[in-house]
Amino acid sequence: MNKKLFALLSLLAIASLALAACGAPAATEAPAEEAPTASQVEVFSWWTGGGEAAGLDAMQVVFKAANPDIEFINAAVAGGAGTNARAVLATRLQAGDPPDSWQGHAGQELIGTYVAASQIEPLNDLYESEGWLEVMPETLIPLISQDGNIYSVPVNIHRANVLWYNPGLLEANGVEVPTTMDEWFAAMDTLKAAGVQPLALGEQWTKMHLLETVLLGSLGPDAYNGLWTGETDWSSPEVTAALENYAKALTYANEDSASLSWQDAAQLVVNGDAAFNVMGDWAEGYFRELGKTPNTDYGWAATPGSGGVFQFLSDSFVLAVGAPHRDAAIAWLKTAGSKEGQEAFNPVKGSICARTDCDKSLFGEYLQSAMEDWATNTVVGSLTHGVVANDSWKTEIDTALGLFIADGNIETFQSALVAACASSGPCK
Amino acid sequence: MQIDKDRFLNILFISPSILAVFIFVYAFIGWSARVSFSKWKGLTADYTWNSINNYLEIFADPRFHVDIRNTLIFTGVFVIGSILLGFLLAVMLDQGLKGEGFFRSLFLFPMAISYIVTGVVWRWLMNPAMTGSRVTGFNILFQNLGLDFLANTWYNTPIWGMASIALAAIWQMSGYTMALYLAGLRSIPQELREAAQIDGANELQIYRHIMLPLLAPVTLSALIILGHMSLKVFDLIVAVAGKQLPLDVPAIYMWQVTFDGLFYGKGAAIGMILLISVAVLIIPYIRYTLKTEAQQ
Repeated sequence: MNKKLFALLSLLAIASLALAACGAPAATEAPAEEAPTASQVEVFSWWTGGGEAAGLDAMQVVFKAANPDIEFINAAVAGGAGTNARAVLATRLQAGDPPDSWQGHAGQELIGTYVAASQIEPLNDLYESEGWLEVMPETLIPLISQDGNIYSVPVNIHRANVLWYNPGLLEANGVEVPTTMDEWFAAMDTLKAAGVQPLALGEQWTKMHLLETVLLGSLGPDAYNGLWTGETDWSSPEVTAALENYAKALTYANEDSASLSWQDAAQLVVNGDAAFNVMGDWAEGYFRELGKTPNTDYGWAATPGSGGVFQFLSDSFVLAVGAPHRDAAIAWLKTAGSKEGQEAFNPVKGSICARTDCDKSLFGEYLQSAMEDWATNTVVGSLTHGVVANDSWKTEIDTALGLFIADGNIETFQSALVAACASSGPCK
Repeated sequence: MQIDKDRFLNILFISPSILAVFIFVYAFIGWSARVSFSKWKGLTADYTWNSINNYLEIFADPRFHVDIRNTLIFTGVFVIGSILLGFLLAVMLDQGLKGEGFFRSLFLFPMAISYIVTGVVWRWLMNPAMTGSRVTGFNILFQNLGLDFLANTWYNTPIWGMASIALAAIWQMSGYTMALYLAGLRSIPQELREAAQIDGANELQIYRHIMLPLLAPVTLSALIILGHMSLKVFDLIVAVAGKQLPLDVPAIYMWQVTFDGLFYGKGAAIGMILLISVAVLIIPYIRYTLKTEAQQ
């Protein structure tokens, strides 16, 4: 055995470890040195596939046309709903290496996480200089603000409170599209008696999605908003009644819900295996993918009790505190909020513009109706998709909901919701 | 002089791995322990002393009670099932049948697959739909064979759903236990068996009074290895059933509370509880093995 060779190799190993240790900080400092040139902008997102990636590309073309001298760096990390991307982003932020701008769900998911850690800047000046306050719904602004500061630029809008139904099944059983909770339950009783599966439901997050629409439909928009600002008491009898409605709605659902994805559940409706499904309007894009026709294979309405209310969620972009290329990042945000940028992005992604002045002819039948509602309805935020509650609060609600689904005890569910609001929400 | 030089070289050789293990294992355990006693919540690190409140909160948490129940069910079914099945397979292979090598590989192959792959396959096999167009996997097989009474909701069954996830784990790991037992059986001298036969013992008595006692160390190893795996199980469950509360275990809770909910202090505390529970199982075993090795 050659001892000298071994010694040499191990010395090499030690040296390389030491070098690696010295190397790491140097690498993270590198982007900061390039800052003064301002010739590039790094935009971080989880849009790596499908309509989302295509939409980002389309918006990038608009950005290039307006800013030919700025290089656009697309720092997208794969993974649905951003689970991986957010972990990568958290690591970069803790290492003091923020991207110039990143994507996040508008509202408390961004505010509760990044504003609390002083990592994103308020954008009120930009909203004023670009005139966005005039073209975005008035009721939207408080939902994406904290203490009067607006923190992100919404690019697209999805609607959460949509009741999808199978028109053929409803007609065959003489059921009208329900507009109130009681009508809905009566309709589902009729369907159940006729041997039709009344409600299609999927895995746990789709149950939270159903919960937020039932809360909205039972409490109305003002009391619903109050839940998230601390003005509505979570322990009130009104909330108890809403939770009872929710428990009742669950009894109409398919028994294998826990093993179905949202696609599986939504598909039951267009295939005629179930009458109703409550899902966000990305389901419409999925129905089109399946080759189904609006108004014959599927119909839509606001979820029972939420007519005239638009429960929204939105992808939006922020400005990093200490952005390496601040001016370029602001130029990017101007594109993201512009009519051209949003008209390029949304038809491809299958969502509507956050602005109310987009050209309707670019969009399909369902989206046109959503655009009308967006411009005229009262806007409230979604819980499941990050608008109204911060991540910690949402996780606590998710745990309480999971326990409720297992044991069905409304009283413990409500007291867990009261406790969650006190520990991570605004309730004291 | 020569000895000193040798010792110096020895230390030099192992120093990179000692350094790496110290930093990446023990330093991080220490750091996690510190975080578990802090009030850290949100993206910014916060080391404010929180005493043992995170631990108290976790032990009072109804979700953690579900986790403990699920872990116990999973561990029980998985460990007992794998050991029984593994032992049975080993005994059958030990009878000197034709094509032993083929069967040995066949039973061992599942071990080469990752839990994620096993999970995806068994998710489909154990599809909980009982009726209608969504029935697949075992349930449709039972239907076609006229064994309808065997069809069930698998991992959606309340409380015992966890046992069906353990089935997938048994499928994967029983080949490994078989290999352990087969090696154990082969190391038992033929003379012992012959002597027993001459004394008039039947097959059952030979296994009961000769083989099993001699295989006790193998059983202990299998128990420890399978036991600590089942305490840490995460990927298999997520692949079969996603993250849903009825099938929650401490590892999944830790992941959600830390990375979805940003409760870093609480997440670290769950991590420490997991570490301690695994250590309780492993450390006596390591000490026992080191002692017996030293004696030999």
